[in-house]
Amino acid sequence: MAIIETKNLTYTYPGATKPSIVDVSIKVEKGEFVLITGPSGCGKTTLCRCFNGLVPHFYQGELKGDISVSGIDTLKHHTYEMAKHVGLVFQNPENQLFALSIEKDVAFGLENMGVPREEMRRKVDWALNQTGIYDIRERSPHEISGGQQQRVAIASVLAMEPKVIVLDEPTSFLDPLSAEKIFDVIHKLNREQGITVILVEHRLDLTAKYANHLIVMDQGMVRFEGDPKKILSSEETRLIGVGIPKATLLYQMLRKDGLNLGDSTPLSSEELADQLLEALTPE
Amino acid sequence: MIEAQDIRYSYQNKIEALKGISLTIQDGEFVAIMGQNGAGKSTLVKHFNGLLKPSQGKVLVDGVETTKSSVAALARNVGFVFQNPDHQLFSETVEEEIAFALKNFGFKSEVIEDRVTWALNLLSLTQYRKTSPFLLSGGERKRVALASVLAWDPKTLILDEPTIGQDHDQKEKLRQFIMQMQTQKKTVVTVTHDVEFVAECNPRVVLMKDGKIVADGVGKEILTNPALLELSSIVLPQIAQVFTKLAPLGFPKDVIDIYEAKAIILKAKESKQGR
Repeated sequence: MAIIETKNLTYTYPGATKPSIVDVSIKVEKGEFVLITGPSGCGKTTLCRCFNGLVPHFYQGELKGDISVSGIDTLKHHTYEMAKHVGLVFQNPENQLFALSIEKDVAFGLENMGVPREEMRRKVDWALNQTGIYDIRERSPHEISGGQQQRVAIASVLAMEPKVIVLDEPTSFLDPLSAEKIFDVIHKLNREQGITVILVEHRLDLTAKYANHLIVMDQGMVRFEGDPKKILSSEETRLIGVGIPKATLLYQMLRKDGLNLGDSTPLSSEELADQLLEALTPE
Repeated sequence: MIEAQDIRYSYQNKIEALKGISLTIQDGEFVAIMGQNGAGKSTLVKHFNGLLKPSQGKVLVDGVETTKSSVAALARNVGFVFQNPDHQLFSETVEEEIAFALKNFGFKSEVIEDRVTWALNLLSLTQYRKTSPFLLSGGERKRVALASVLAWDPKTLILDEPTIGQDHDQKEKLRQFIMQMQTQKKTVVTVTHDVEFVAECNPRVVLMKDGKIVADGVGKEILTNPALLELSSIVLPQIAQVFTKLAPLGFPKDVIDIYEAKAIILKAKESKQGR
């Protein structure tokens, strides 16, 4: 059974004249790494807010259609109930952190749920270890770097042991190396813990290689959904303003000019470099 | 022209964010300031419009020391677009937001109308003219903040992380606009982590670490130097990553441009077939 399924989901914010998402029908299977992309203002963030019920419970407005997340109808359950199933991580971690120590921030959600002390200790330590911040757990979240803060935000949702983690441009405030480390953490959680990941990103150069399911949105609608290699090699995807990874673009340009590197479209520099080495190394 | 002469700056918590920076930016230059989080990039550029005044050393904008001029007077010539648009936006409609500074600078109403229309069009915001900025997406709010500064046509433009939340088409428009500003001898200084954007623009790159400048030069040279980039928590642009791995074929490593990359590879293919 799909872990997330929406049918003809349409949502309009209060006071807005037109809907932000229109007729969105998607299906996400358990354990997938889903990348959602599309031009700015295309409805990506709004769709993510539906996954844990922030839309419509917090934002109000009008939601039509069906949505179920890990078997639960988010329309009938509140955001706090959804927190056990779906963790949301935002662009700017500062908005999410508030406690005096990293450890307390990570424990906050569990405290609210009344989890017994022993169990809480175990879950918090696990989340701190998974995100590589166990050693700094007693420091204040406000005296650490942006990259570390984002790890705290991820650890905080991870401690709840959600089945799905939704991350909305989680690295846009970070330097590239810190960003890469965050993506590695997320990828590891997906691969080793089987957590379903939904990542919203513009920068496919950095992220396309992790995804096994791509959703391209435009003007509130889902334009393409499926295999990232197929979608990113289509001309139409480029034309709606999706930033195709440079390695993928170069592969296509070379192909047009008669250099055939095989049928597997590369999404990363490693893949393209391997193909080029094979094609160009003298026998 | 902007000149920083051995400036140091400490925040109230005594943390020294700038530890002796000297930098000259000529009129018409396009400079990208890069480096890891906390390197002092935003602190440095806030000195260029007088938002911050150095604890030691001097900053001169067109020959005038920033301590001898007000932020309001400097703003007419040096436009600043913040990293987080929510620190900048406050009006009820996008149109009013863009008109605000123009009114303050005393432009005539016909001129304001023209400038607002121009800025809305440039940044693909015309459809949101009467919308509240707070109903827009993060990427769109960022463009409203940019439009409100571009509207008054400052001589120098400072952009703190302008590409955050922007899709490929918007980035391309921004790149073209910056190129156009350069032809008018206007200065653009941007703080950015976006290596792919910098690779496409190939500006002068100033690399910072721990409050100091560690490198200053042509983008193509700095962005293809792995040791230097690692020092500043930056990764190679994707094309440079590919060419680093192609070293066994005898290819140059300093390639960041996709068209140059294509030409080199196709030439290698021909010479292999010719053998």
